[in-house]
Amino acid sequence: MTEFALLTGQAFNGISLASILLLVALGLALSFGLMGVINMAHGELLMIGGYLTYMMLQVLPHGIGYLFGMVAAFAGTGIFGAILEMTLIRRLYGRPLDTLLATWGVSLIMQQGARSIFGPIGDEVTAPKWLTGSLNVSSGALMGLSLPVVRMFIILLSAAVFGLIVFIILRTRVGLLVQAVHQDRDMAEALGINTRRVDLAVFALGSAVAGLTGSALALIAPVTPTVGQNYIVYAFLVVILGGLGSLLGTLFAALLVGIFSAGCQIFTGVSTSDVLLLLFVIAFIQFRPRGIITISSRSLEGS
Amino acid sequence: MNDKSRGALIIIGISVLIVLLISRVRAQDSTVKVGVLHSLTGTMAISEVTVKNATMLAIDQINAAGGVNGKQIVPIVEDGASEPAIFAQKAQKLVQEDKVVTVFGGWTSASRKAMLPVFERFHGLLWYPVQFEGNECSPDIMYSGAQPNQQILPALDWAKQKGYTRYFLLGSDYVFPRTANLILKKHIIHDGLTVVDEEYVPLGGTDFSAIVNKIQAAKPDIIFNTLNGDSNVSFFKQMAAAGLPPAKLPVMSFSIAEPEAKAMGPSIVEGSFAAWNYFQSLDDPASKKFVAAYKSRFGQDSVVDDPMAHGYLDVYVWAAAAEKARSFDIDKVRKAAVTLGWKDVVMGKTKFASNQSLYQTAYVGELQPDGQFRILWNSSAPIFPEPYDPLTFPGKKCLIH
Amino acid sequence: MARLERIAYPAALVLLLLAPVYLGAYNLALLGRFLAMGILAMGIALVWGHAGILPLGQGLFFGLGAYGIAMHLKLVALAPGEIPDFMQWNGLDALPWLWVPFKSGVIALVGALVVPSALAVALGWLLFRRRVGGVYFAIITQAMVLAATTFIISQQPYTGGFNGLTDFSSAFGFSLIDQRTQVGLYVVTVLLLALLFFTARWLLSTQFGKLLRAIRDGENRVRFLGYDPAPYKVAIFAVGALMAAIAGLLFTLNIGVISPAMIGVVPSIEMVVWVAVGGRESLSGAVLGTLLVNFGKDKVSSSFPDLWLYLIGAMFVLVVTVLPEGLAGIARLLTSEPREESRKTLVVPVILPADEPAKNSKSRSA
Repeated sequence: MTEFALLTGQAFNGISLASILLLVALGLALSFGLMGVINMAHGELLMIGGYLTYMMLQVLPHGIGYLFGMVAAFAGTGIFGAILEMTLIRRLYGRPLDTLLATWGVSLIMQQGARSIFGPIGDEVTAPKWLTGSLNVSSGALMGLSLPVVRMFIILLSAAVFGLIVFIILRTRVGLLVQAVHQDRDMAEALGINTRRVDLAVFALGSAVAGLTGSALALIAPVTPTVGQNYIVYAFLVVILGGLGSLLGTLFAALLVGIFSAGCQIFTGVSTSDVLLLLFVIAFIQFRPRGIITISSRSLEGS
Repeated sequence: MNDKSRGALIIIGISVLIVLLISRVRAQDSTVKVGVLHSLTGTMAISEVTVKNATMLAIDQINAAGGVNGKQIVPIVEDGASEPAIFAQKAQKLVQEDKVVTVFGGWTSASRKAMLPVFERFHGLLWYPVQFEGNECSPDIMYSGAQPNQQILPALDWAKQKGYTRYFLLGSDYVFPRTANLILKKHIIHDGLTVVDEEYVPLGGTDFSAIVNKIQAAKPDIIFNTLNGDSNVSFFKQMAAAGLPPAKLPVMSFSIAEPEAKAMGPSIVEGSFAAWNYFQSLDDPASKKFVAAYKSRFGQDSVVDDPMAHGYLDVYVWAAAAEKARSFDIDKVRKAAVTLGWKDVVMGKTKFASNQSLYQTAYVGELQPDGQFRILWNSSAPIFPEPYDPLTFPGKKCLIH
Repeated sequence: MARLERIAYPAALVLLLLAPVYLGAYNLALLGRFLAMGILAMGIALVWGHAGILPLGQGLFFGLGAYGIAMHLKLVALAPGEIPDFMQWNGLDALPWLWVPFKSGVIALVGALVVPSALAVALGWLLFRRRVGGVYFAIITQAMVLAATTFIISQQPYTGGFNGLTDFSSAFGFSLIDQRTQVGLYVVTVLLLALLFFTARWLLSTQFGKLLRAIRDGENRVRFLGYDPAPYKVAIFAVGALMAAIAGLLFTLNIGVISPAMIGVVPSIEMVVWVAVGGRESLSGAVLGTLLVNFGKDKVSSSFPDLWLYLIGAMFVLVVTVLPEGLAGIARLLTSEPREESRKTLVVPVILPADEPAKNSKSRSA
């Protein structure tokens, strides 16, 4: 394996990590940007997606089962998110720090619930045949480079989801309403937009994306009651780094974090690279306290 | 700002609390109390609850057979909550408050290290059931789990016999993997072989993309894997995705036993190796009885593993020692325990050596599609436990008795 | 009520000071441990309840205080020229330079308090000056504590790694095995708690305290009045950090172990739970919440481990949604004392401008 292949491999890994972070953070960015809701139970929504996929694989044959698993994860988690919004989140709008605490309580209950239903040890989800294997380069400057198909699949999935959300927001009527509420909630309400319904739709969409992500992550990570905990802090960092609820900012931030991490790991171990990443984010916030992309606004506090 | 009325109520609250705390429980004469201290909640609960089950099974069996020294054993179960400080706190409670004659428990080194001063301070005795990194020698602990020379080094012996020369060391970033790898490196280099790389992932880490890349670049013959818990699932899945399943690049794991294999899905780890001092598939009459008893109590689809067997063994050895000493006095029981002689409790012939660690046989197994291990190799005789590896820490000795 | 308070606080103090007489050794140790954590909780009540800054990384300051004293205790137990056991088996043969000053008990004590406070000042200054607040600040403190624990665990030869530091024999000439030392430590904890309680109350009654609440309720209005909020926020954040460090120090002396598991992301959030349960604005509520949750955990979790997690999760959701004032709120309801006008702003969010959510809540209730 050549030096160059190693570096190219790491670049690919950086993009792969970025695609995972983007998927995890998108749902968070949506609800944070629009409603100021900090959902600490977002990691557990991933977990639900993973378990829904697992359950579909129990009843359906493997190859096609995974596709249905993704659909079930998307729909099921979206419905769960909608219920969560209607019962709890709705009561806490305008109190972002309180949503953070309340949803943390929800995440504890969800973890314990998963433990009671599925048992504390994880369940098995394996990649279907069409997602196994890798592209191998066996000669030339990139000799030894190997790109796993499942990682390419996640990169494509993440691009597709991102594209879809951007399309919904920019090109559909629902998106127009979301933009209106985002820009000026009171004005939108005055114009007769049912902002509650918009909030519900956005939160459910964010949850559905989280469920889909959980389904994808089940291919490369375990499905356990606490799996969400491994991603949540990094997802928040991406959202904060990206700028308040800006989708483009979230994309840039995910790429920045992914490539920074993969780059660091050429020279150091994973622990050191994690520490460097967290310090990097704190330093970055010094220069751009509101994230990479800020929406200019005449509002004094901008939040 | 007016805290006034609140203050009054708070004081009433505190007094009520305190009154509640004063109530105590007293022991009866025909029973003897032992502590069982494992994590029932938190990240370690997955593994520790099963050891607790095995311990409780042994206690019930002994009680059914008439108890110890004519007394029924009353287990007092406490939750260490996967936090070292809570382990220390609960150990203190068991010894000071409940006045138990001994405690069975602990899994992580962090929990053992936190409990150790408590047992030394208040004079208690802990039976510790899990393999660990050694480097400890306390008269207040009976170390039944494997020392490094009973699990890690035998695995290296096996790998050498198989002709592997290039080793990749991978572990979770905590004490056992780092110390195990320190010892392994000394021995690998001493034997003229090569360590191609050594990598650590934070506990619970799920991203192995860079490490897979490094493994592909380093081209090892075998990976010695000391990853803990869920990280193993991510690691094996991502290795398989990169076209390197265990069948292609052998992996020797030190923290994957039957329950972990079952949870991960045997298809992911099929063909990988593990080194332990007990496998469920062990062909031993005592083991078969243990497996049958465990299954009939905790479900036919449950599996047993090495730490559970040790947790089970500990209770039996303690009971035998107390019978021999005709007493529950800690010092007498300790002395009796190291002079009991060979016994087959569950994992073949074992006995406690004078350094309060267990003589035991090492096995290497290969994971089968049904989630069980096929035993490929054994150390042919029980190995004397060495808390301090002579090559890595020359001159250090553990002398207790 | 004022008269009741004049009796109640001294009575509580006496009751606590007499605990060694009527409590067994184990429950006394528990009480001392939780009262130490109560000091940390009061710090959170100051920072969160009164200044509106939600700290999700108090474990970091707690840990620095704890590690500071633990390093000293580890060195005291050694013979001259020896190094701690974990360093030996990690291949070190000389004491790292960072450890050398901790041979002195005075330096260790001062360091355990000054380092966390200084770090809080630095962090606060960097962030508050750039007007990073609210959720952003909370998440960054959480990232800090994650970075710190990852770092401590990965630097095993220098920090003891995941196992942490443990096995101490004596502190400042007192044997830790001696029950009298434990009683003395308990009394010191109670006295420190009382001292800090009254100091904090005094602090809140000053101009400084009023400004904190003003910043919490309307930071920009405070700016328009000619104040720069940043130094005030930095100051109260540092006070909170100092109190966390004191708690860490006492906690380590009491229990004899400190490890990264006690200072990570989840323990840091749990610390906020105690205060939320007790009532975020109330100092005595914070202490009581700490005692209640921790005693609950000690007594309930062993018998009903599954139930406990549901319970703590549900408690959190309930407290935040229907009872933002916690136990202190119940107490006020029971004594049916009229709420002060200013308290209504309690439910107003902290990062949004004060007038915006007011509009929101109006429109939402419609």
